[in-house]
Amino acid sequence: MSLFRRHSFSHGVHPPAHKDGTAQMPIRRLPFPPQLILPLGQHIGAPAKALVSKGQEVVRGQPIASAAGAVSVPLHAPATGQVLRIESVPTSRGTREPAIILNVYEASTQEVLWQQPRHLDGMSRDALLQAIQDTGLVGLGGAAFPSHIKLRIPDDKRVDTLVINGCECEPYLTCDHRIMLECPDDLIRGIQLAMQASGTRQAIIGIEDNKMDAVNLLAEHLKDIPHISVQAVETKYPQGSEKMLIKSLLDREVPAGGIPADIGVVVNNVGTMAALGQLLPRGEGLIERVITVTGPGIERQGNYRVPLGTPIGFILEQAGYEGGANEFILGGPMMGPAVSSLDTPITKGTSGLLVLNEPQVRKESRPRWACIKCGHCVSACPMHLNPAWLGQLAAAGEYARMSESANLEHCFECGCCSYVCPSNIPLVQYFRIAKAINREQAA
Amino acid sequence: MSIELRTTPHLHAPDNVIIIMRNVVFALLPICAWSVWQFGISALALILTTLASCLITERLFNPRNTLGDWSAAITGLLLALTLPPAFPLWMAAVAGFVAMALGKLLFGGLGMNVFNPALVGRAFVQAAFPVAITTWTPALFEGRFREFIPTSFTLPFTIPPAVAEWNSRVAIDGFTGATPLGLHKFEGVSTPVLDLFLGNAAGSAGETSALIILLGGLYLAARKFLDWRIPLFVLLGAGLTAALFHALDPQQYPSAPFMLFSGGLMLGAWFMATDMVGSPVTPWGVVVYGLLIGVLTIIIRLFGGLSEGVMYAILLGNAATPLIEQFTQPRVFGEKRS
Ligand code: SF4
Ligand code: SF4
Repeated sequence: MSLFRRHSFSHGVHPPAHKDGTAQMPIRRLPFPPQLILPLGQHIGAPAKALVSKGQEVVRGQPIASAAGAVSVPLHAPATGQVLRIESVPTSRGTREPAIILNVYEASTQEVLWQQPRHLDGMSRDALLQAIQDTGLVGLGGAAFPSHIKLRIPDDKRVDTLVINGCECEPYLTCDHRIMLECPDDLIRGIQLAMQASGTRQAIIGIEDNKMDAVNLLAEHLKDIPHISVQAVETKYPQGSEKMLIKSLLDREVPAGGIPADIGVVVNNVGTMAALGQLLPRGEGLIERVITVTGPGIERQGNYRVPLGTPIGFILEQAGYEGGANEFILGGPMMGPAVSSLDTPITKGTSGLLVLNEPQVRKESRPRWACIKCGHCVSACPMHLNPAWLGQLAAAGEYARMSESANLEHCFECGCCSYVCPSNIPLVQYFRIAKAINREQAA
Repeated sequence: MSIELRTTPHLHAPDNVIIIMRNVVFALLPICAWSVWQFGISALALILTTLASCLITERLFNPRNTLGDWSAAITGLLLALTLPPAFPLWMAAVAGFVAMALGKLLFGGLGMNVFNPALVGRAFVQAAFPVAITTWTPALFEGRFREFIPTSFTLPFTIPPAVAEWNSRVAIDGFTGATPLGLHKFEGVSTPVLDLFLGNAAGSAGETSALIILLGGLYLAARKFLDWRIPLFVLLGAGLTAALFHALDPQQYPSAPFMLFSGGLMLGAWFMATDMVGSPVTPWGVVVYGLLIGVLTIIIRLFGGLSEGVMYAILLGNAATPLIEQFTQPRVFGEKRS
């Protein structure tokens, strides 16, 4: 690695950050809503299996659903209360999925009443991974991939480095930034535990250089801690995508179609590591998370610690929603889905609630032109695909060819191409549809 | 309250097609102004004629009303700039019609065309009116803002009057009725490179001042409205090829600076080869495409029957674009080069 190498990757885009409104706001708690909506599938993999039934009382922290297989995690009650019913609810994925609806006891102290403190020193890696699974922890950056799976290194792979993703490259979001500033000890403990679980020798925290306060603070905390370092990387979207971050920090390229473990790396996000450091020693389950509530439609923008299952309508009330806004996005504006119902709950993978008001939405919905072959999308695609060509194939309905010759499956839907396209062609949407159709054809 | 459901990404970069096209028009305006300064009201009439002809054709034959995207205006301006300043106006109108109708609308409008429409129009009149398109008038003659050059108002389907006599009346410094390229190719006379650079020589309406073209092009490149690699490699290809031949026989073949600053090369490199629709989108594609156009320009100039070559070179480049793209698809991130 050269001394003068810029810590970055090629291509990508520079959307305006919009982080000023919340970056300086300490994490606060919101009150408990009267009801929590807890989908059983809050992670990638098999949805959890409900352990409770209608009418049953549960205490805060108690497991209410168990992992349904290896790639699955349990779910814990985020509040003391009573199970109202189990029914299908709309989720951010646009589908309806079974969920436990929990009535929150207003009079309860809402202390965590379920814990299994653990002695982690000298624990075997398998036991540690099992303990991680028991916390119900998944990637909190948005992917919601079960953490114990991520940290379990396949037998045929040798992994040397744990990369910690502190980029938070999506505009508007600042929850990871606040966690790094406010919970450095949890974060570092989590990283140490993750290193132990994955058997990695070193860990590098990558943080975008628009958060130098976090870089400096962590560097200070890590002074006497061996094998963990922090590194500033260029502020650029999608710096926080696994492959881009590994390229920036280690100058290694994950092989096309491969996973980070193929080149000896495993990646986790800072929020996840901080949660691990907090939950694992106490043997608690993941019952709440920090989200950024922001956007031109919100009066009291900020970073809030909310119980899982809190409906976004309740958050809007609490944060002073001015009304009239008409787009609600779960996560950041580049990759976060817009939701159609204010009953949609915050789940493990929700990193933010962004409200774009009418003027903003109107500004963004503009006419569409034919592709003028400007090539901006090609220069923006971090995967070095040719979105213009993919778009033309999609328009012609040649979905199979998109996979066979234009590398459709390497697209991870980061949205850079759509972001820059002067013709406003919904490229990512095309690619999503094409992938879905190809999957159906294959099935 | 209405809830909007748009797909990701929810943010969008500020530039759009209209802004890009409008800025290309802005960058062309100083070149037009210089042309009017040099050639007077004849050039102005020429520019307005092709502009009107292109806009009207687009309006009449494109079912979607697309005048607002400014692309027809670009074609109109560019076309005028490639024609002799005193080109008969009715022929210019025909060129504008052909540029839009055959060069663009036949293919399906903006984004669908294969060739640069302005060059299609220009190529058509080159074939149809070979005399008029090689009839040149002197720059900066005295009465240029008072009188039209006689050929401008040639009636349709009549032969333009010979301007030799008119030329000798208004000419400064014994104007011969040839461009620097023609002078060199057919008469072995060189024009000082500085005159070419600043634009004090005869030629098509808009190709004379390399300096102004360069400024407009650099503005567009700075705002990412054109791909700077294309003019760079066109000029590199042309410059190297010219230098090679010049080194072989300095008597017969002009120097690289002369070749770079004469004729339509500058205008072509910055404003026509860069036409987004006809040029490749792949990073290596633009390199190949640029070099190809540059080399071809010089080869045609030196060995073809015409003194100018950039027009055909760009049209050939446009034609080769799909093939070039096919062989220069980017290497997917994480894929080993095979
Ligand atoms: S969405 Fe896909 S094609 Fe578009 S820039 Fe991202 S990876 Fe490339
Ligand atoms: S950015 Fe849009 S207009 Fe430009 S080449 Fe890509 S798809 Fe075409």
